[in-house]
Amino acid sequence: MIEKAFYGSKKYWIWVAFLLAFLGVCFHFYLLQLREGLTITGMSRNVSWGLYIAQFTYLVGVAASAVMLVIPYYLHHYKAFSRMMILGEFMAIAAVSMCMLFIFVDLGQPMRVMNVILYPQLHSVMFWDMSVLSGYLVLNLLIGWTTLEAERKDAPPPSWVKPLIYLSVVWAISIHTVTAFLYAGLPGRPYWLSAIMAARFLAGAFCSGPAILLLLVFFVQKFVKYRVGDEAIKALSKIVAYAMSANVFFLLLEIFTAFYSRIPDDMNAFRYLFVGLDGHTALVPAMWVSAGLSIVSLALLIPPQFRDNTKLLTIALVSLVVATWIDKGFSLIAAGFVPNPFDRVSVYLPTFPEVMIALGVYTIGLLILTILWKVALSVKEKSIA
Amino acid sequence: MDIDKRKFLKLVGVSGALWVGSRLAGGLSSVFNIRDRFDKQALADAGYEVGTMVPDPGELKAKQWAMAIDVRQFKTPEDYTRCIQACDKIHNIPDITTQQDIKWIWEEPYSAAFPEQHNQYMEAALKSTPILLLCNQCEFPPCVRVCPTGATFKRQDGIVMMDYHRCIGCRYCMAACPYGSRSFNFKDPRPYIKKIDPAYPTRTKGVVEKCDFCAERLDQGLMPACVEASKGALIFGDLRDPDSDVRKVLSTNFSIRRKPELGTQPNVFYIL
Amino acid sequence: MYNSGKIITGLVLFLGVVTMPFWFNIGKADVKPDPSLDTPVIRQMKVKHCIESKQFMIDNHMELLNAWRNAVVRNNKTIYVSTAGQYFTMSLEDTCFHCHSNEKQFCDQCHTYANIQPYCWECHVKPVEEAANGHR
Repeated sequence: MIEKAFYGSKKYWIWVAFLLAFLGVCFHFYLLQLREGLTITGMSRNVSWGLYIAQFTYLVGVAASAVMLVIPYYLHHYKAFSRMMILGEFMAIAAVSMCMLFIFVDLGQPMRVMNVILYPQLHSVMFWDMSVLSGYLVLNLLIGWTTLEAERKDAPPPSWVKPLIYLSVVWAISIHTVTAFLYAGLPGRPYWLSAIMAARFLAGAFCSGPAILLLLVFFVQKFVKYRVGDEAIKALSKIVAYAMSANVFFLLLEIFTAFYSRIPDDMNAFRYLFVGLDGHTALVPAMWVSAGLSIVSLALLIPPQFRDNTKLLTIALVSLVVATWIDKGFSLIAAGFVPNPFDRVSVYLPTFPEVMIALGVYTIGLLILTILWKVALSVKEKSIA
Repeated sequence: MDIDKRKFLKLVGVSGALWVGSRLAGGLSSVFNIRDRFDKQALADAGYEVGTMVPDPGELKAKQWAMAIDVRQFKTPEDYTRCIQACDKIHNIPDITTQQDIKWIWEEPYSAAFPEQHNQYMEAALKSTPILLLCNQCEFPPCVRVCPTGATFKRQDGIVMMDYHRCIGCRYCMAACPYGSRSFNFKDPRPYIKKIDPAYPTRTKGVVEKCDFCAERLDQGLMPACVEASKGALIFGDLRDPDSDVRKVLSTNFSIRRKPELGTQPNVFYIL
Repeated sequence: MYNSGKIITGLVLFLGVVTMPFWFNIGKADVKPDPSLDTPVIRQMKVKHCIESKQFMIDNHMELLNAWRNAVVRNNKTIYVSTAGQYFTMSLEDTCFHCHSNEKQFCDQCHTYANIQPYCWECHVKPVEEAANGHR
């Protein structure tokens, strides 16, 4: 089946070549980081995690969001998603791969990464996160590839896939829950120390993941004859609308608890993000953009007449992705370290090489996605014809 | 992971057997032990098996090491720098002046050391007093809990130790430490070390480091460097021993700890 | 044969790639490593011996050092009881380098030959080379 990735139009090859060329540029910056160390990033003693770990967190959500297709399709036999399933599963594979790469590029001693397996520490959430992420990658590869293979042969998928699919539902929830536990179990980081963290993560994942999937589908449909179907798009955008509402609701719950109790530790990070703390206002504009775009996306997603209009839906989804990315893909990590244990504010902003390395990982993800979707769409278009 | 002891003994035994004979015939040379400071008689009395690795008979032992910092005794800037420099020098701490700096023991104003136990009306002298900070060697250390490789772990004597050979540099421990006691080597520290002491390794880029109560000195029977340099202002001893110096000062003076509400049970106490 | 041009080009490329190490090293003399034991401390020894037999050290020094580092760092054991019943501080700096103060002639010879790069030196301080030449 993989051979389908080696036959493509000129546009396909130009796209792949462009990705590879850009990857080469980014790789140069990773070599710089290998040589000089993480000093080339904007991270510091006080803000010791940054863009890389934030992208990891965001992408775990994207990976987990495949479950928003799996549950309706396999558990409720909602057939409209049949033409979307494989795209979601393959997107999850690309997302998990990026998660692992983001952890890898964040390591100070990447050549020792196997120590996590050689000396497993069952009390470390990071060990469990690595385990569930690897498991999820394998599950999605197995399920996606086998069902697609079956479709190509015009046969029903083998029966052993079913239990794996049910397992993948629980597993998807677990990857984002465990990722939330990475943060939510730390004393002395009040912004993260919240029981609602995993729920917030899942809500954020279930809106941003399908939103990205829909946007990618809209984009790809410009180049291929394959159509996922209007009903699938409508159903998925409805899911996005509910999940985004929950996401914003959970955020407001956090804000209420912090500001009605007036406990400084709980308020500080929100203050830093939305009004600035001790004169540090670097992230304030971005946060208000995020808040504004969240409102725009909800305003366009909740009324059905707006949501069912492809143009408005696209605007809503783009707003949503940007809004959730600022919240979860950046400020969640940067603000978690503010104020530091000495009650001081350390501003973190990524450096140019750091951004390039992050873009490099995204490029690898796009490459994986391109190849997998090329295979999937080739098989699908053939089985239709 | 320890080398498998039986395998090791076998290796030593086979290749060592012939050699032992030849060496005994040649007479014992004292050259080897020039730099070895331990008590050989005590080791001989212990009757250890050959091919084994054993503790120094002179090591300082405790169930839980702890330190009391008598803030009242720190009067001049020299009182602080003496302790800090003693540590920096023997541990090859680099002098990096950016936000990516390395600290084992350092000073902060009272308001930064105890942000929760600080108010604007308190005694001016105390407010301006710098406080020495170092790793609290918590009884329930969050850094150890989160470390995915066991690179940071708790010794039997309560010291929270770093294994720089194993650290992968994920910095989870830095996120977990509520005291800001951990530093990451964002870059090669060597160019920033004024004078490298060859007796103690430097660190390499990409690993996390912190104070370890001079575990290497305790293992050789020496007190921590800062304690030695402090002229009695730092009191060090076994917290589980009611007759230890540290217990004596704690039972007769008012002391506080940093962020006690987090339940980590710090083993560094401050006498104000 | 179909596509013979492509197949032959591919085969030639493949052969070129797999034989790369030979092309790279062609004409380079294969000098056997000869680690030097000539240091001031060793010179003074009546009987030249390491902490264990020479053959054992050649075969197992890496395992021994690995066991040492774990014992010292993780199990606060600092003394090694040798086969001959002698005691040594388990320390690169204090014990190994005391005699082998010529890292370039002693360690690097074989390591370079075997093309391995132990990262000991990233943290552990190399012995001062002058000592090996008797300038201490």
